[in-house]
Amino acid sequence: MADAKPRVRVPKTASAGETITIKTLISHPMESGQRKDGDGNVIPRQIINRFTAEFNGELVIDVTMEPAISTNPYFEFDAVVPETGEFVFTWYDDNGEVYTAASPITVS
Amino acid sequence: MTFTRREMLVLGLSAAGAALLPLRAVAAVEDNIAAFTGGAAVGEGGITLTAPEIAENGNTVPISVSAPGAVSIMILASGNPNPAVGTFNFGALMPKQEASTRIRLAGTQNLIAVAKMADGSFVQTSREVKVTIGGCGG
Repeated sequence: MADAKPRVRVPKTASAGETITIKTLISHPMESGQRKDGDGNVIPRQIINRFTAEFNGELVIDVTMEPAISTNPYFEFDAVVPETGEFVFTWYDDNGEVYTAASPITVS
Repeated sequence: MTFTRREMLVLGLSAAGAALLPLRAVAAVEDNIAAFTGGAAVGEGGITLTAPEIAENGNTVPISVSAPGAVSIMILASGNPNPAVGTFNFGALMPKQEASTRIRLAGTQNLIAVAKMADGSFVQTSREVKVTIGGCGG
């Protein structure tokens, strides 16, 4: 899945201690391992099994994902930003690939 | 809470597959809860699971969970072939323990959310979602 494309929405600026809302989406088929192809063969499972968000190395959220998460996994959550820094988002694919996205935020 | 027409159309074929799902998953729900809690008693209250009452398309059902003071929340879908949906673990930078995502549901069923609180106790809640077109198999 070299074409997995992460998209994240993080405000560019915030005031210290402010609660911000983060939205993330990654394009990925999340093949559940339940479906069959036209010949009746099971299509092997290939999903993103873990998603993490960190801010300056500190954990914000860590999600364990199962095949019941929809195609193009979407997450929305809140975070507080104590200082200027960078959010790093990481998705872990079943096939060992890791996709990352980073978003800087300035605290004024 | 948005369904696009495109999402609706994608899964037209899967309804037949969903109807044939076995019910053995019910016992698996309890196994999952036991694995999460380590056998501890599970209370009620203090956790909110938000989901649509009727989901037209089981392939993308928007849900959100909130449990103030929780360190992690596990979501289960009792009617799916594999009831585990996912587990949210919250870090210190979250002002309120709340997250939203989109999940697959094979058919009309109960959604269950179990939260582990900071003091080590557990609470759960459940909610029924009616699904018009299931989101598994095909």
